[in-house]
Amino acid sequence: MTLAAAATTAAQATTTAAHATTSAAESHGFLSPTGVEIAFLLVGLVTFAAAIVTVTTRQLVHAALWLVVTLGGLAVEYLLLTAEFIAWVQVLIYVGSVVVLLLFGLMLTRAPIGRSPDADSGNRWAALTVALAAAAALVWVVVDAFRTTWIDLDGPAAGSTEATGASLFQNWVLPFEALSVLLLAALVGAIVLSRKAKADAATAPESAPAEGTPAGRSEKEGTR
Amino acid sequence: MNDALDVTLRLLIVFGVFLTFPLIIGQTEHKVMAHMQGRLGPMYAGGFHGWAQLIADGVKFAQKEDIVPAGADRRIFQLAPAVALLPYLLVLLAIPIGPDEGAVGQVIDAGVFFVLAVMGVGVLGSLMAGWASANKFSLLGGLRTAAQLLAYELPMLLTAASVAMAAGTVSLPGILDAFEWWWLPWQIVGAIVFFVAGLAELQRPPFDMPVADSEIIFGAYTEYTGLRFALFLLAEYAGIVVLCGLTTVLFLGGWHGPWGADGLGWVWTLLKTAVLAFLVIWLRVTYPRLREDQLQKLAWTLLVPLSLAQIALTGIVKVVIN
Repeated sequence: MTLAAAATTAAQATTTAAHATTSAAESHGFLSPTGVEIAFLLVGLVTFAAAIVTVTTRQLVHAALWLVVTLGGLAVEYLLLTAEFIAWVQVLIYVGSVVVLLLFGLMLTRAPIGRSPDADSGNRWAALTVALAAAAALVWVVVDAFRTTWIDLDGPAAGSTEATGASLFQNWVLPFEALSVLLLAALVGAIVLSRKAKADAATAPESAPAEGTPAGRSEKEGTR
Repeated sequence: MNDALDVTLRLLIVFGVFLTFPLIIGQTEHKVMAHMQGRLGPMYAGGFHGWAQLIADGVKFAQKEDIVPAGADRRIFQLAPAVALLPYLLVLLAIPIGPDEGAVGQVIDAGVFFVLAVMGVGVLGSLMAGWASANKFSLLGGLRTAAQLLAYELPMLLTAASVAMAAGTVSLPGILDAFEWWWLPWQIVGAIVFFVAGLAELQRPPFDMPVADSEIIFGAYTEYTGLRFALFLLAEYAGIVVLCGLTTVLFLGGWHGPWGADGLGWVWTLLKTAVLAFLVIWLRVTYPRLREDQLQKLAWTLLVPLSLAQIALTGIVKVVIN
């Protein structure tokens, strides 16, 4: 579900960028950066550092909180690229929901204060390889797709809600709908899993309640 | 220069509102609750009907020692109140109280998304506090907070989306520009769902399971004292201001009223917000606390279907009108 949402965001970001990159590159010098470009670079560095701390820290909850910084930094980057709508959706979905879900899971299972010595994985080299390969692929695709196009930051906001919505539902409807089918599949999968677990746990004669999402936990005395 | 002055002035005004309105609501709560229960409430501080009670409370909080438990995660424990409070300040910037440009802190293109996104961040403060306190009751409170947010965020978003569909825009002033009086009956279900879900997100009674004092002392805030505890309380009352302001703007037509729409629009906004705030206090005095499973059941089996039905209704009416 998280992956699908990430894919949605990425797709949205790409469409916005594609929509926005109309102005030519000639008016921009490489060595005379504007204020926005400097800010973009600095925020990018902070985001990158926070991401590295997220995967290297030995304290589980700290990792989740550094993830907040990383995702928030990405939102700021979207804002700097005038993709306002994407930025707020990023905050809403990731900081507001995904990280809360993550923290909920951590607190529910185990969240010791201080270092957890077993938080390290033996697969770290494999993980690093996969991460580098994924990053290289993404950077390659993005660089190849946009090359020397620049976003005109002085004109009307190219990533406003209206522009994003228009490009999403005119040019990119099919990928969007395909992603929603993916989300539906994840939802159905979650329901199936929770129903099966319940049937295994107690072979009660009554049929399980219809909802299998987090509400499924409230199976006892259900007075509304 | 003029622009900088303008921005500073707006920020100062919003900050002033942020500091005073929650206190006014807190004082009203003291008095309204007292009179509903046949008491008088604060009568001494400041002389006239105890108007300075909350200022006295503030002085008391400032004098207390700031204690961090030995087993706590120091930095996160100390950071949590700020994370809980600041989002409401940011949201307040985006709420328009009058029709003209000067009556909103900052016009934001995707205003509805902005306010809901930033409000959701505030809950992280409670989670951080609950975890970092190194206290079982705090951790339970944090867990309940997270479960409650996950359950009630969805109906809130869906009903806000319904209003955005009706208006054809996600900008808060844009929604109010498009408002007609018959939106009230049209969106009434959405309004109720939004308000109830907002109450749950603020952990106000009857949705105060995360801070249920008879079970888990004060939930995530159990270990806090002094100013940091006061900041959490301030966040709760600032949350009431924000929720009532948002419900007013999204569902009750903000500055629109039977008369005096030009010039006096902001009076309507404030009046509606105040009535809603009174309702929040009234609900606290009236209803007993919901149990945790009742909370979840209410959200998933009543509020989510209702908000989906509201979206369907909005869509149908919208298509018929066009």
